[in-house]
Amino acid sequence: MILTEVAEKLGLRLLTSKGIGDKEVTGGYTCDLLSDVMGNSQQGDLWITMQMHQNVLAIASLKELAGIVIVNGRRPDVETIRKADEENVAVLGTDESAFVVSGRFYRLLQKL
Amino acid sequence: MRRYKADLHVHTCLSPCAEVRMSPATIVKLAKARGVHILGICDHNSVENTPAVLEASRKYGLHVFPGMEVTSAEEVHILALFDALRPAHEFQEIVYRHLPGENDEEAFGMQVVANADDEVLGFNQRLLIGATTLRVEDIVENIRSLGGLAVAAHIDRESFSLISQLGFIPDNLALDALEISPNLSYEEAMRRYTTSLPLIQSSDAHNEKEIGRCCTVYSIERASIEEIGKAFRGQQGRSIIRAVSD
Repeated sequence: MILTEVAEKLGLRLLTSKGIGDKEVTGGYTCDLLSDVMGNSQQGDLWITMQMHQNVLAIASLKELAGIVIVNGRRPDVETIRKADEENVAVLGTDESAFVVSGRFYRLLQKL
Repeated sequence: MRRYKADLHVHTCLSPCAEVRMSPATIVKLAKARGVHILGICDHNSVENTPAVLEASRKYGLHVFPGMEVTSAEEVHILALFDALRPAHEFQEIVYRHLPGENDEEAFGMQVVANADDEVLGFNQRLLIGATTLRVEDIVENIRSLGGLAVAAHIDRESFSLISQLGFIPDNLALDALEISPNLSYEEAMRRYTTSLPLIQSSDAHNEKEIGRCCTVYSIERASIEEIGKAFRGQQGRSIIRAVSD
């Protein structure tokens, strides 16, 4: 499934200014500890987190993740958004909690 | 140049997770007996016991830096160390403005404010165990603008450390040093963390037994934040000699 489709089905809004793009989403990973995401996420994962520090972008690029979903309606600062555009990482937002959005996303993946 | 043995990360009974017996005079007495020359008092998100430790230290000829172990929004622990009470209190004002919540003694522990004679003055009601809404960058910037030293606490730990929370050390962060916990040897840490930032080791003492169990030895002119800063940067012959553990 491509990221645009996932975003549409889960009602995620784009927080970065570049388009969502057509990255292939093959799985998901939910965690706020960046050391763990660095170690255990897989290429193509959609990363669900409340962590908004700029380091998330470096990790998303490095691990070739499909995108980042920031939960609980949190909004990253301007610097983080700028860096995301620079690194070509799509950052999406939702008002839902990590638990809820992960559950909905998991169900979506199971249907494939 | 003189040699100073410093334990820059010691909690008092103000930290809910520290033992109640960690009272100002007791800490100073034990540190002195263990050959510590400089103490950094770093309770979670508060400096309210630092005046008492400073006062108690005068009797024992020990030098105390008022400090704090502040929790960032990313749940990273950063040590802030100051030369005097004034900047420490100014820093505390900033932290308090960004620290939500109220303590629950049953769940987290007592937060005892004491005097230099180890008498209880009161109990802090804030949620000191909680996280501030300040980003690591904001914290480091505030510490430095108040003339303090900013040290990333226990970077080897799997919780509340810069590396556990943020994966790696952000290159725009103007830290003065990195601290490692007593859980690994200084030599091992030197091998594991190859950064341009200096490494220090301290006790992170939460009980009497732990005070001074891990210290860093400096070659400096006198016990001051400026001198420690110079040692971090290897300026004018000041240096970190080594870390010593029990």
